[in-house]
Amino acid sequence: MNGAHDLGGMHGLGPVVIEKDEPVFHAQWEARMLALNLACGFHGRWNIDMGRYAREQMPPAEYLATTYYEHWLFGLEKLLVEQGLVSAKELDTGRAEAKAHGLRALAATEVSNFLRNRRHARLDDNVPPKFKAGERVVARNIHPTGHTRLPRYARGRRGVIDRDHGVFVFADTNAMSRDKKPQHCYSVRFSAREIWGPDACARDSVYVDLWDDHLDPA
Amino acid sequence: MSDYDHHHDGEHDRPLSGPALRVKALESLLIEKGLVDPKALDELIDTYETKIGPRNGARVVARAWTDPAYKQRLLADATAAIAEFGFIGRQGEDMVVLENTPEIRNMVVCTLCSCYPWPVLGLPPVWYKAAPYRARAVIDPRGVLNELGNEVPEDVEVRVWDSTAELRYLVLPERPAGTEDWSEAQLAEIVTRDAMIGVANVTLPARSPK
Repeated sequence: MNGAHDLGGMHGLGPVVIEKDEPVFHAQWEARMLALNLACGFHGRWNIDMGRYAREQMPPAEYLATTYYEHWLFGLEKLLVEQGLVSAKELDTGRAEAKAHGLRALAATEVSNFLRNRRHARLDDNVPPKFKAGERVVARNIHPTGHTRLPRYARGRRGVIDRDHGVFVFADTNAMSRDKKPQHCYSVRFSAREIWGPDACARDSVYVDLWDDHLDPA
Repeated sequence: MSDYDHHHDGEHDRPLSGPALRVKALESLLIEKGLVDPKALDELIDTYETKIGPRNGARVVARAWTDPAYKQRLLADATAAIAEFGFIGRQGEDMVVLENTPEIRNMVVCTLCSCYPWPVLGLPPVWYKAAPYRARAVIDPRGVLNELGNEVPEDVEVRVWDSTAELRYLVLPERPAGTEDWSEAQLAEIVTRDAMIGVANVTLPARSPK
């Protein structure tokens, strides 16, 4: 979707300010938010791409006016209701109407293993690549209303396959219908001038990780 | 749209200025429903506050600087080489290491969200997640680096890596001159988070470690 999350190339947002000796969390609620998101993910009712898509659906003006963990809160509340872990009424009143059926919460003793387990975005499926390193490609000019990992600034631009990372879950379909649609994912090199025009530095480039379904031969 | 989307008006409105209240209410509800265990939440928080952070990545970089065979493994298969330290798991399942050289500067961003290599760098800092960096890193990397006090000479190539898939990137910064006789442990002390994201160089401290 062409949402406020797709920020690459936007002007007017101000300077990059690096806080010295920044704490991991700036408030207790941020820490709880991170932990709630991870602990709810343990139930396996959604995948990471659905998680990203949920956050992207925050209205653009709100998205730009709020912080990272507020995006997470919005996304988690949305997923909890959509995936039936919590009812809209429970969320609204803050009171549980029933215990969750057949679900067991992540235990403290399981946290370490839970975080160390790989989530297998990389797949073993034997899918042939559509492109090889060094081949010229053009990113598709698509504007889906659903989730996509093809940023606006790269659409319609010509680049070169830098490297093939192998077969991965395709985020765009995994977010919308849990269809993993296994396919190759590549780092695609776009010259800065191809994307941003003649004022960009001729030496510079932007590498974007894109899947077969984002690309056509150029 | 779910019912919840329509609950922004009226007496039940919970303004965004009060995320602390909303998160507290959500946690209470989820505990009551048996969906989360508060002790597990404490453990998750403790992990990212005290166990996983940029000191992990600094150890990887220091080893690559002092052990040529390790550096070769790291550049060939970063996931496996980083796993030699036991740094594995969430948001670091498929790692790629990018080597800075006198000719090439690498810089990592996630324009679409905030993808970041947690096992080696911990949770991302606010500036990395905030709109200005995500917007500007791809269109004006040299401007961003200038502002941060790291001007890149005209003849050096800048490569910006937008983390749009599940690959996670770690920059291998250049080893500063004057550290030839330093140990791996001493070197790890001077490697910074920002250098491993690619927005800073590693520099010698005013006073060298003994």
